[in-house]
Amino acid sequence: MNTTAIDTAHPAPSDYYCLTESPPHNGTLLGFWIYLMSDCFIFASLFTCYAVLGTEYAGGPTAAEVLDLPGLALNTALLLISSVTFGFAMLEMARQRKGAMLGWLAVAGLLAAAFVSLEIREFLTMIADGAGPTRSAFLSSFFTLVATHGLHVTLGILWLIVLMVQSFRFGLNEDNVRRLRCLSMFWHFLDLVWVGVFSYVYLVGVVR
Amino acid sequence: MPEAMPHRAAIWNFLFGRLTIHSFPFLNPDTEGHILLGTFFVVLLGGLAIAAAITKYRKWGYLWHEWFTSVDHKKLGIMYMILGTVMLLRGFSDAIMMRAQQAYAFGPHMGYLPPDHYNQIFTAHGAIMIFFVGMAYIVGLMNYIMPLQIGSRDVAFPFLNNLSFWFTCGGAVMFMTSLFLGDFSMAGWLGYPPVSELQQGPGVDYYIWGLQLSGVGTLLTGINFVVTILKMRAPGMTLMKMPVFTWTTLATSGLIIATFPVLTATLFLLALDRYCGTHFFTDGFGGNLMMYINLIWVWGHPEVYILILPLFGVFSEIVPTFSGKPLFAYSSMVYATVAIMILSYLVWLHHFFTMGSGADVNSFFSLTTMMIAIPTGVKIFNWLVTMYRGRVRYTVPMLWTMGFLFTFTIGGMTGVMLSVAPADFLLHNSLFLIAHFHNVIIGGVVFGVFAAVNFWFPKAFGFKLDEFWGKATFWFWLVGFWVAFGPLYILGLMGVTRRLSHFDDPSLQPWFVVAAIGAFLIALGILSFIIQIYVSIRRREEYAVDGDPWDGRTLEWSTSSPPPDYNFAFIPMVHHRDAWATMKKLGFTRPRDGYNDIHMPKNTAAGVIIGALSFACAFGLVWYIWWLAALSLLGVIIASIVHSFDYHQHHHIPADEVRRFESGNPHAAAQGASA
Amino acid sequence: MSLKPLRTVLLLPLLLLGGCSLVLLDPSGDVARQQSDIMITTTVITWLIIVPVMVAIGIVAWRYRASNRQAKYDPDWDHSPQLELVVWAVPLLIIIAVGAVSWIGTHQTDPYRPLDRIAAGKPVAADVKPLEVDVISLRWKWLFLYPQYGIATVNEMAAPVDRPIRFKLTGDTMMDSFFVPALVGQVYTMPGMQTILHGVINKPGEYKGFSANFSGSGFTDMRFKFHGLEAKDFDAWIAKARAAGGDLDLAAYDKLRQPSRAEPVHYYAKFDPNLYERVLNLCVQSGGTCKNQMGNGPMQGMPAHQSMKMPSEPEVPSGSTSGGH
Repeated sequence: MNTTAIDTAHPAPSDYYCLTESPPHNGTLLGFWIYLMSDCFIFASLFTCYAVLGTEYAGGPTAAEVLDLPGLALNTALLLISSVTFGFAMLEMARQRKGAMLGWLAVAGLLAAAFVSLEIREFLTMIADGAGPTRSAFLSSFFTLVATHGLHVTLGILWLIVLMVQSFRFGLNEDNVRRLRCLSMFWHFLDLVWVGVFSYVYLVGVVR
Repeated sequence: MPEAMPHRAAIWNFLFGRLTIHSFPFLNPDTEGHILLGTFFVVLLGGLAIAAAITKYRKWGYLWHEWFTSVDHKKLGIMYMILGTVMLLRGFSDAIMMRAQQAYAFGPHMGYLPPDHYNQIFTAHGAIMIFFVGMAYIVGLMNYIMPLQIGSRDVAFPFLNNLSFWFTCGGAVMFMTSLFLGDFSMAGWLGYPPVSELQQGPGVDYYIWGLQLSGVGTLLTGINFVVTILKMRAPGMTLMKMPVFTWTTLATSGLIIATFPVLTATLFLLALDRYCGTHFFTDGFGGNLMMYINLIWVWGHPEVYILILPLFGVFSEIVPTFSGKPLFAYSSMVYATVAIMILSYLVWLHHFFTMGSGADVNSFFSLTTMMIAIPTGVKIFNWLVTMYRGRVRYTVPMLWTMGFLFTFTIGGMTGVMLSVAPADFLLHNSLFLIAHFHNVIIGGVVFGVFAAVNFWFPKAFGFKLDEFWGKATFWFWLVGFWVAFGPLYILGLMGVTRRLSHFDDPSLQPWFVVAAIGAFLIALGILSFIIQIYVSIRRREEYAVDGDPWDGRTLEWSTSSPPPDYNFAFIPMVHHRDAWATMKKLGFTRPRDGYNDIHMPKNTAAGVIIGALSFACAFGLVWYIWWLAALSLLGVIIASIVHSFDYHQHHHIPADEVRRFESGNPHAAAQGASA
Repeated sequence: MSLKPLRTVLLLPLLLLGGCSLVLLDPSGDVARQQSDIMITTTVITWLIIVPVMVAIGIVAWRYRASNRQAKYDPDWDHSPQLELVVWAVPLLIIIAVGAVSWIGTHQTDPYRPLDRIAAGKPVAADVKPLEVDVISLRWKWLFLYPQYGIATVNEMAAPVDRPIRFKLTGDTMMDSFFVPALVGQVYTMPGMQTILHGVINKPGEYKGFSANFSGSGFTDMRFKFHGLEAKDFDAWIAKARAAGGDLDLAAYDKLRQPSRAEPVHYYAKFDPNLYERVLNLCVQSGGTCKNQMGNGPMQGMPAHQSMKMPSEPEVPSGSTSGGH
């Protein structure tokens, strides 16, 4: 393990092997980050569809007619606050305070659940008003994009519950801390995607 | 009891969805039915024979513990290669049926395949060859070789690696199931709407869900490999000291990560259109079919580079090894790889110049396409210059490489012709195009895979492959390829388009007959390959080798053949490119004592279980068996959660066991100076 | 540029091979001929590099075989800046040359560009109006509308020699590709979208036309004959179509659009003047709302019968421009 020998012309023969075992590398955080980047491409594809089809109303309702901006404000607030509370949970985790962390996680989860239920309610209202995903290409792309995000949030909540159970039972061990970090990335990532949905789908959609 | 019948029908519908007794096409009393019945019996008897043999020799436990549940990248690599070979046989059967139909169906003869059957065959041929032959082979090679080349004990996420394999396998089984249950997509290998939207029945759904399964598997593989390469290289191996094969693995994995999600999204939208009545790609209600074609090629074009880049890596290992000198212009090679990777993302529109997007758009994509020829040309030159002033040994891997250099260069030339938009208006969708992409895929990917198999087989199994049958395989493939596809180039220039199941003009027939003979020669090539494997296994004692049979240059040759589970008793330290060649030259000595406990991942059945449940879910979706789909999806979630409760996914190999293996193995790692 | 000698050199070995007609190397329409010339030019340019490389591979492979101990062996030589410069520069130069040809050619033979010549050195006369043909691809046959003559034909097409043709193309249900190799390069026909194609045929004769994009079960039989005719023969052909009688009104079209295979050639003496626009806007069935009537603004709530009125000059109706963006 003589690092000074590296890159000299003729290292000693013993410098060709590590004689001791180094701790195993853990690439989970990097791997999860790469996964999020690949998820970006899924959302990018859906955004592209919305960009192409977003004005294809096919004689049906337009974005301005069906999108609910006050509901959107509440929804967005819920999700953003959820992200903040998740941040608090991570701070508590860093201080090794399990109870406080679990509390903040629960708050984050409940806010996200409220977000999802509001979204489902919006969908149901739209479908009842005859503005379901099969009415026009605009509505198909709207529902698919927003619901894909919603599905991610739902899975995030499920994952959150599992991790809360695991942290509660097994404590803040190395594995759990790593998993919580991944979920934290996921949580903020979904927030970021929502900012895109909210500004491009809702605001631009209503304006154009 | 007038209500009994509808009641029973409702129960049947609930239990089996749209699956009925009529869903078994081999029960139909027509030619198609008879062909399928024959195939069904062959597959059934073959399957039973294999199962009986495994039972007789009591190998189920061995297969389960040592292979199916294994997280060892080497075993997974071998399983991918086997999957690829099995699917090659299926995909090639489709090919030979197509060639037979086209050679025969002229004038009054309608051929033996009705159009709907013929359409399924070319769809299955394309999709299988790309997803389950090409992808399985390259993922298998990368799995086996890359961790050894970077001096690592496994990939970053061994369990995910096993899971990826079972996803891919599930997709392949979906495709095979469609042969005997229902039908398959008739919409071509990329499933263009409106054909794919309007086809009734389960065919297109088999296609969609089969590809979704394998796509998820491939995506996970891509992530896994990138993290492995970035995080787990041996100390001292900087990026610019990595073997070129590892570089191409990195580039390919990067492309996978950037493109497979697009495929997933696109097929998901197609599924929504088919299942839920949305309007993404429909004719009416504002849908836009050209959006599908754009999206699918945003994945589809990089996909062909995903396939070819690892084989560029393979040739970059084989040429220096058998020329006895380092690869010429290593840095150029790396930059060329990265350039190809980036450019491949900017060319997708060249697949539909003829949609009428205007001269400026077409010119742009024409130019980006041609630009790929620059780094590719650089690579060809570099291999050539590597041989210059070398001592070239014409072993079987090197023969394949020479065949590749000649064949692929011609394919590259016809590719440049097609990239010129005005020429493409004439050549688009013609048999010239078919000849072109088979020229690069067979000449590049298939030849590369055979080169790689012959090159690394001794590493994986401890004995070389038979030379005679290896050469026979090569010559049958090389000659067969040109006899099969030369005529297609000419037919293309005669203005003959692709995917036709019947012809009027008798003057075309001789060319199709020649092409069919070529396909037959390729069949002999495949047969020779199987014989080669068989003969070599029979003579394995005679062909046994030590760790470094070819005088290799990279780290995989520094370990025994086959390598132990842990790959390296001591992790190597790297100071130079061609690390092993330098170590041999400087006369290193490997430590013979002081072994440590080695930390290794544990086998797990979770991959098999999740893969099987995903298959069940996809099957339920295809046949509208909603309870099955819902329950198995729930099962996937539960299995994943249960798996996450297992915190002890590693075990230790004690130092004593390492010592026993290292001193007891007659083929253990070669000693550099003496090799 | 005159490529005659090159063409002969290229064609000769292939002709000897089978006596077959390589229509893409020797087409009879001026636009296809220009496209073919571009193809041949680029082939020759790429040969400038391919042939030497092939020869070099052969020579190097033979000379540096392991058994040849005379050849120089330099086991450590792995880079040379000068050589690397050459290695990058040569393909770059070739691609610059091919790229220039492609750029110019793509603009010159753009299917949207009205023709300015009918053959090399023969500009279009000022008084010649192009022949207008509206093409609709159906499952699985071709419908050709001749608005200037009022006739319609199925699976057969004719055009007078040396008169520019302006095609407007769309698809009924499937996406096909309209291709007469001897005349001009292909263009897609897509439902709800329109493409434009300009071409001219220079030699009388009977040529093959077909769909070059797979469109389902009956795709194989989606063929038609394209007749290049002298002016008076063309008039006779029109007269023959007129004499055949038949009226392709919306009801008749609805029947025609039902899937059929190997549809025999037939003619219509007249057709509904709004037919093409209705197909393009996906509103053939009476009462359906046309795509260009829906607008993209707020819902108009327009009664169906009002939407029957067609705009008088919908050159490229809204929402139905070409497929590209």
